Amino acid sequence: MNRATTERQTESGIPVKALYTSDDIASDSPARIGAPGRPPFTRGPYEQMYRERLWTMRQYSGFGSAEDTNQRYRYLLEQGQTALSVAFDLPTQLGLDSDHELAEDEVGRVGVAIDTAQDMCDLFDGLPLDQLSVNFTINATAPIILAFYLVAAERQGVAQASLSGTLQNDILKEFLARKTFIFPPMESVRVACDVVEYCSTTLPRFNPISITGYHAREAGCSAVQELAFTFADAIAYCDHLVARGVPFDSFASRLSFHFASQMDFFEEVAKVRAARRMWCTIATERYGAKDENSTRLRFFSGCSGATLTAQQPLNNVVRSTLQCLAAVLGGAQSIHVMGYDEAYEIPSEESVRLALRTQQIIGLESGVTNTVDPLAGSYFVESLTDSVQAKATEILEQIQAEGGAIEAISAGVLQRWIAENSYAEARAIADGSRPKVGVNLYATDEEEVPATLFTPDLSAAERQRARLDRARSLRDPAAVAAAISQVVQAAGSGSNVMPSILDAARVGASVGEIADAMRGQFGEYREPQPW
Amino acid sequence: MPAASSARKPRILLAKPGLDGHDRGVKVVGMALRDAGMEVIYLGLRQSASSIVSAAQQEDVDLIGLSVLSGVHLAITARLIAERDQLGLQSVPVIVGGTIPADDAQELLRLGAAAVFPVGFDLAAMVDAVRELALGAREAANA
Repeated sequence: MNRATTERQTESGIPVKALYTSDDIASDSPARIGAPGRPPFTRGPYEQMYRERLWTMRQYSGFGSAEDTNQRYRYLLEQGQTALSVAFDLPTQLGLDSDHELAEDEVGRVGVAIDTAQDMCDLFDGLPLDQLSVNFTINATAPIILAFYLVAAERQGVAQASLSGTLQNDILKEFLARKTFIFPPMESVRVACDVVEYCSTTLPRFNPISITGYHAREAGCSAVQELAFTFADAIAYCDHLVARGVPFDSFASRLSFHFASQMDFFEEVAKVRAARRMWCTIATERYGAKDENSTRLRFFSGCSGATLTAQQPLNNVVRSTLQCLAAVLGGAQSIHVMGYDEAYEIPSEESVRLALRTQQIIGLESGVTNTVDPLAGSYFVESLTDSVQAKATEILEQIQAEGGAIEAISAGVLQRWIAENSYAEARAIADGSRPKVGVNLYATDEEEVPATLFTPDLSAAERQRARLDRARSLRDPAAVAAAISQVVQAAGSGSNVMPSILDAARVGASVGEIADAMRGQFGEYREPQPW
Repeated sequence: MPAASSARKPRILLAKPGLDGHDRGVKVVGMALRDAGMEVIYLGLRQSASSIVSAAQQEDVDLIGLSVLSGVHLAITARLIAERDQLGLQSVPVIVGGTIPADDAQELLRLGAAAVFPVGFDLAAMVDAVRELALGAREAANA
């Protein structure tokens, strides 16, 4: 077989030719490429990009109790990390207190356990919230976690208006992947929009939602599907808010986005360039945005765990470096690099430091940040950006024709697309048609495992349950009951749940108690069968 | 091989115990087992040990497959095997897949798991192993 004549394609199936020339760029290309900081933002959301400020280096972390995680945060900040990103344990994400029977094994395991606002105060003990941008990976219980954070800020004497950071609060993508939903899709969207609406008037520097394609991609969809799913979800939220009477320009500039960075280097760069252009079109044409900031897409890039291998784990350092570089050349506003040991455990301190160093070396030593959007004008990259945009737009239109994201998710359509694509990928790796170094190529028989793995502290769950007991004993039960009944009332009546949840947080109500108040009104969701 | 064991397809029960929602792996496994001619019942997310073993009994399955990526595989598997044994289903093998460090894989086998498939397992080898375990379990149950 002649290798040179073999047909090539990107990971999402876009054909790739041997050579690209000026013929591959459409005649209206200069207008579509534009200038950085100006619509349609192909070249980046800001004029000076990394010349002015590097991206935010945001390593996701959390485990055990609030005190345990507080120590890790202090360590990461000392190492030069520039912002925090909180990982919560599954009970917190699912609205279960640490002493709930379903929580038994999971307290503090994949993230920090937070039961009450007091835990949040301890999480940020000694870390000034007016000076730190904080990302919260939280969805179904996002309004509760936001309320706890606001209480922590109040107790530090920090005004809401000076808080900056991001609440993930994208519940629709939880039905596609990761699956930390509680309520049915429609009620979930309503709660997410309550948060966005609340923040649009009180937290001007805070991103109340991060609309995310990352998790669906990590669950197996393609790069073009990732864009389509992200914007279908974005449209579902924006339509809901606009229908409620919230003006698009009052919240759109605070929407943030989150994409994956996987192995097909140029397709990843093209994908996020296309994403900025697609959002600019949607904001302008569908919502009639008047404020330019409403059309400017800003995103967090998550490097990929799904592409990392358990075999020959040090190879993952190389994979992550390429993914981080693609995110930088795509113009990300913040980046997370995976630990090379994540096929085994949550990352060790050593592997988190190496992930951070990867970002620092690319940012400070490689020179790629000296000029804005250095790949612009590449015949191949511009042509691929056009192709990705066209394919993603086609899939987005297909989803809209199915009735939009909420309908398509409720019917299980998007979930099936993801599963089919991930199965095709697994078969391609199994039959060797997709190369995976150390797995289906250059595999060795010797067992290679990371030198040191994170060791979970099994006593953390007991300590957390004791903290919860103590917090419960210190509060005024009548005040908690009254506050909870206000949450029930707001949830049932359709008024914004945020103010009542904030009051409940102030008097010491727990995650489980507040979530239960909403469960009683909204019900719990069970997903459709996959086949 | 007695006729009874080849009369029906191997019946496999897959479930995600605990709170973890990462279901990419379990779905790939389910699709691969179906393509290999097995009958696959997927119970879905957030299953307790007792709901899984009672489904195994009701559905008369030949093998139970658990998928756990949140690190709580040891506690959950131990509990599930104890409940399985209480129901008298010792002949139904339990296999575990997910984010499982090598030492824990050994510990799972010691707890009574029939096989462990950590991240990075070979898909074809997994399918063969499951078929063999399921048919072996059927024969043992019919013996």
